[in-house]
Amino acid sequence: MRRDIFQAIADPTRRAIIALIALQAMTPNAIADNFNSTRQSVSKHLRILTECELVKQEHQGREIYYSLEIEKMKEIDKWIEQFRKIWETRFNQLDQVLSIIQKQQK
Amino acid sequence: MNNLLFDFTVDKAAQTVYVNREFAAGLDLVWDAFTKPEILDQWWAPKPLESKTKAMNFEVGGRRFYAMVSPEGQENWQLQQYTSITPKTNFKYTSVFADKDENPHLPSSNWDLNFSAQNGITSVSITIYNESRERLQKMIEMGFKEAFTMTLNYLEQILVSKK
Repeated sequence: MRRDIFQAIADPTRRAIIALIALQAMTPNAIADNFNSTRQSVSKHLRILTECELVKQEHQGREIYYSLEIEKMKEIDKWIEQFRKIWETRFNQLDQVLSIIQKQQK
Repeated sequence: MNNLLFDFTVDKAAQTVYVNREFAAGLDLVWDAFTKPEILDQWWAPKPLESKTKAMNFEVGGRRFYAMVSPEGQENWQLQQYTSITPKTNFKYTSVFADKDENPHLPSSNWDLNFSAQNGITSVSITIYNESRERLQKMIEMGFKEAFTMTLNYLEQILVSKK
């Protein structure tokens, strides 16, 4: 199944996990302690976040630490900015069309 | 360039896009620009894409069937079906991508456009609700590369002319 970044952030628990590990790398157990959900459920969310490449894993001894891929988060902003540009271009074109019609009417 | 308001917000969780823009023109003209195919086609597609309306009847139950055409001639068809019209105030439609024979590809998005005027400035606020994030993504992929390049070129022109 294809994962995208918006799927990753569509879920409130996953957004909370992102907010947590943005501050420091954490183990799945430490993350689960912050939620009223099972370790399995947190693992599932971490798997989705990993598949979307929003988090990275680091092994330290027997523990796995999860941390945030900041660059990937920036992609979301970039993506939205590009969408904004479409509308900006479209409306600048409309400004020109409106001004031409107004001149013709005078 | 100008002091006209332009707001753009994406609520990813709600899969909704909000766009607000002011225009230095009267309500009648701005309404026509959004509802008459011959004017719509002049601005709806971000350059270098071109908008080509094949059929449009602006009435409840009516439709606009149009293509966004790339410089290479690639056509991306879209079908808009009007669900509600309050003249010079509001209109709503559902929008789907389609093939050239008007067969729709779900899911769709719901568009709600509001118009109001004050002191010769007309405000348009648009709410676009997408049934799926894939739809939202596709809508963006449709034009952003071309539009992005165009905007950069446009910016370049402005910078050159200001030298």
